Amino acid sequence: MHKNALAIFGGLIVLILVLVAIFAPYVATGDPTAIDIKDALSGPSPRHILGTDQLGRDIFSRIIYGSRVSLSIGLVAVGLAAVIGVILGSLAGYFGGRMDSVIMRFVDIMLCFPSFFLILSVIAVIGPSIYNIMIIIGLTSWMGMARLIRAEILSLKEREFVLAAKVLGVGHWKIIIRHLIPNGIGPVLVSFVLGVAGAVLVEAGLSFLGLGVQPPMPSWGNILMEGKAALGVAWWLILFPGLAILVTVLGFNLLGEGLRDMLNPRLRR
Amino acid sequence: MITFIIKRLLSLVPVFIGITIVSFAVIHLAPGQPTDLMTQLNPKVSLEAREKLIKLYNLDKPVYVQYVDWLSRLVRFDFGKSFIDGRPVIKKILGRLPITILINVCSMALIFLVAIPIGVISAVKRGSLFDRSMTLFVFIGFAAPGFWLALILMSIFGVQLGWFPVVGIKSLDFEYLSLIGKILDLGHHLVIPILVSAFGGLAGISRYMRQSMLNVIHEDYIRTARAKGLSEREVIYKHALRNALLPIITILGLSIPGLIGGSVIFETIFSIPGMGQLLYQSVMARDYPTVMAGLVIGAILILLANLIADIAYFYVDPRIRIGRRH
Repeated sequence: MHKNALAIFGGLIVLILVLVAIFAPYVATGDPTAIDIKDALSGPSPRHILGTDQLGRDIFSRIIYGSRVSLSIGLVAVGLAAVIGVILGSLAGYFGGRMDSVIMRFVDIMLCFPSFFLILSVIAVIGPSIYNIMIIIGLTSWMGMARLIRAEILSLKEREFVLAAKVLGVGHWKIIIRHLIPNGIGPVLVSFVLGVAGAVLVEAGLSFLGLGVQPPMPSWGNILMEGKAALGVAWWLILFPGLAILVTVLGFNLLGEGLRDMLNPRLRR
Repeated sequence: MITFIIKRLLSLVPVFIGITIVSFAVIHLAPGQPTDLMTQLNPKVSLEAREKLIKLYNLDKPVYVQYVDWLSRLVRFDFGKSFIDGRPVIKKILGRLPITILINVCSMALIFLVAIPIGVISAVKRGSLFDRSMTLFVFIGFAAPGFWLALILMSIFGVQLGWFPVVGIKSLDFEYLSLIGKILDLGHHLVIPILVSAFGGLAGISRYMRQSMLNVIHEDYIRTARAKGLSEREVIYKHALRNALLPIITILGLSIPGLIGGSVIFETIFSIPGMGQLLYQSVMARDYPTVMAGLVIGAILILLANLIADIAYFYVDPRIRIGRRH
């Protein structure tokens, strides 16, 4: 009961987040890019609930619009990773043999790289656009899901319903797509949700270092970058975007962990 | 045991080749030549000088030739010369490595010393106030971005309270301090970086420890131990703990990539002259030889860490050792 409550709480956070991102223009109190120098670097006040940055932009609005950036990058990037991971993992698990060895060797190689540094290098090389960020995070996050679906397929492959399908002459791809993947997708789903949390953190880190979303487009990471420049002077530039990231990641983590508990038969003691 | 190690080392060779290929490919995704940055913006550089540079760096040869050339120099530990200042890349990296390793080792030690007891106690006192508050703490630790925590700690303890310095690893009067003074000064500077670096890992490892401990406590042999009349202390700390620690070794090994990657951000924030900061500066300056070297070395360190974790696991778990003999 206790565990379920946490998962639902997480799901609620995610839902609110998605709604805020979609309806951002209605939630925010102003234009996130509106510059107002005379109000620059002022703390929370009735006019600017969460304060302003160096150019006088309203932080509350920037954080609200920032949710769009973080959420879309997270969902698309991990979605891409899921597609790549499921395809490669299924191929490896179902066909086995040489294909399995080659694919798994590739997975091992990619897992060796410190992913954040790899992402940083590639972004520096091809330029920090939102699409590049989505693609690169996707290309470096698929390995876990590939392993998961492969493990599921390996254990499902020998079950009767698969053998029955084979005997009936169902083609390989139909078996994979209509029988194996739907039954084995559980852990991948958990990994997807948790992966979005991770992607949000990566994007925030990239933006913080200046290689992510570029100003004036607001991202929680690049607000923190300005906060660093104003360290000790403008605490609101540090506290609030960080809290936004924390709540977002927490929500996805709780949801993901909750899903994992729901899918795990062992814990039903 | 030896054959196991040798077999594992051999299987690493194709992975190493793969790592070099990926590192090389990643850098050569860049449009234009690496020399463009050096020459295009400078009108004084004549066409001949540019051609000479291109020839010098073998950029006129086909890609695979460049790759083989780079690889052959790599295995001799020649990573080329930096584009920024012409110094050999290997020297730059070696100069920065000790500090990064120091911070990461201290972080790991901190994680080990703190997370494991937390996990064990949480498992033993499952559902208690301690367990629940630790779970909350862990979830927040997972969700908070490391660099945000760094900024908060910096502004509270560094700027407001002034207890710790926020920049660098030496004070201005470092040279004049005694040996003890130097060590203390270094430690003083490293407290916040190590704390921040360890924080994420702490959350994760304590959770895994708790989970592992819970799994072990329900096993039959624990029931046997209790039935035999062993004291609860012996049951938990001698039998359960030892078995629960086994998967943690693997997890510790797998969390090393996270630490190495994290050092990029942390060292940049705290202006610590370590490998992470070097890599960040090289990436920003498009110093490709250093970036490639960084990717390869980073990957190899991770490879080695995983190998050591595997070997340690093999050594520590008698079931695997004995199983192999049959």
